[in-house]
Amino acid sequence: MSDAKQSAVAVSGVTKVFNPGKPNEVHALTDIDLSIDEGSFVSLIGPSGCGKSTLLRLIGALTHPTHGSVWVNDKSADEARLDRDYGMAFQTSGLFKWRTITENIELPLQLMGWSKSERKERAAEMLDLVKLSEFGDHYPRELSGGMRQRVAIARALSFRPSLLLMDEPFGALDEMTREHMQTELLDIWEKTGKTVVFVTHSIPEAVFLSQRVIVMSPRPGRIASDISIDLGHRLFETREAPLFFEKVTEVREALRFEEGSA
Amino acid sequence: MIIKALRGFAPALVFGIGGLLLWELALFIIQPEGFVLPAPSAILIAFFDDFQEILTASKNTGFIVVTGLVGGVALGVAWALLVSRFRIANETLTPLAISLNAIPIIALAPIFNAWYGLLSPVSNQAIVVILVFFPIFINTTKGLTEVDATEIELMRSYAASSWQITKTVRIPNAMPFFFTALKIASSLAVIGAIVAEYFGGRQDALGPLIVQNAGLTRYTEAWAAVLAGSLMGILLYLVSGAFERFSMPWRTAAETAGA
Repeated sequence: MSDAKQSAVAVSGVTKVFNPGKPNEVHALTDIDLSIDEGSFVSLIGPSGCGKSTLLRLIGALTHPTHGSVWVNDKSADEARLDRDYGMAFQTSGLFKWRTITENIELPLQLMGWSKSERKERAAEMLDLVKLSEFGDHYPRELSGGMRQRVAIARALSFRPSLLLMDEPFGALDEMTREHMQTELLDIWEKTGKTVVFVTHSIPEAVFLSQRVIVMSPRPGRIASDISIDLGHRLFETREAPLFFEKVTEVREALRFEEGSA
Repeated sequence: MIIKALRGFAPALVFGIGGLLLWELALFIIQPEGFVLPAPSAILIAFFDDFQEILTASKNTGFIVVTGLVGGVALGVAWALLVSRFRIANETLTPLAISLNAIPIIALAPIFNAWYGLLSPVSNQAIVVILVFFPIFINTTKGLTEVDATEIELMRSYAASSWQITKTVRIPNAMPFFFTALKIASSLAVIGAIVAEYFGGRQDALGPLIVQNAGLTRYTEAWAAVLAGSLMGILLYLVSGAFERFSMPWRTAAETAGA
């Protein structure tokens, strides 16, 4: 346990059952052990219903395990949430349509009681990070889907949480925007050094982004493989490199094996 | 800007004036008895002939309408906030609100008169408050509770308090619902006030004016008082719309008009 507590995230013996004892009981996760190093980029991949989103939400203390424990930065997940250790981004950007882009980014800071000038300064810095400086006064509806996701990421990072939890944040974007966003996200990750846990359906996305891909199998959700990826600093050419294809194949095989046995 | 605004109103104006002209023309051809339906021109003349009387009556009825509306809105919003915040409030106050609404409220007018005195405006105000309360309560509650799950999870990830979630997410989310209800309630308030006045309250108000004129077979004059009530309803609707636009700058003009 003391060993696990050194990590940014330590999930041990976690089982999650929804509606226990009722006819609609669902075993979402069974016996999950997972330790994530500080500053690493880890993807959770698997078919629908494998519990990858549930695992992310357990790490973020948005739901609680039926058995087992989740430690984040040497604290319980709940304590970490109350300490605002998490920045979260979802498939829908979750931008508040009644707030301008700047006001959206300022929201967590406002809740934390930052002064107006501090908020303004940080929001400007974040907009600069996601290259949307000219759009601060616009409302979300005036931005494209990709731009909205960049704002959501800026907002998640605005209060400098140590962990970034992302649930298919690029799932609703077209392929070209998606690849562009992946590059931007890696850029931000390299600049900020956050620990990122990233849920995705897409094999190439997982391989391109991550240092580690956790392959999950459904019913009940468990970890099927844990694949390390060492592609170095990602470039445009990385997507065309033989090692990239090798890793894509490895993840695909891990997923196929699971589908075959399920 | 003005030309653009006028162009927006043009279809409604043409349609309205065309309709009135058709009404006028139809009556000219059919020539029914005066009590069936007076011509718009006759109503308009009566309106200006009795202008002082109608103005005084409109002021008195308007007072009932506005105070009742404000009271009903305050009650409805407060009730909705309670119900959306506390489960126990939801389990007790929601059925109570539904039961209140199930009462034929206008039928209470004679009873309220007995409570507050036949000539007291309070009974009329009470009718308007109850009438306005329900649509405001139902819609505002819907807006406060039907919040995108992602938005609530985000707020939880920021360790936001329940009140912070209400203030920054639930209330802004409820605004369009509230204003839709306010537009319905403002017309309801005018109807409620005039009908309540048929049974009691001040005698120099629109309700009694309509009853008295109709009783004296002065139908055109009764219609002129009805016209005053309609104008009041339209005015309140426009004011609600203006508040709506002012308080939700993030919405496009089309969204606001469509709501």
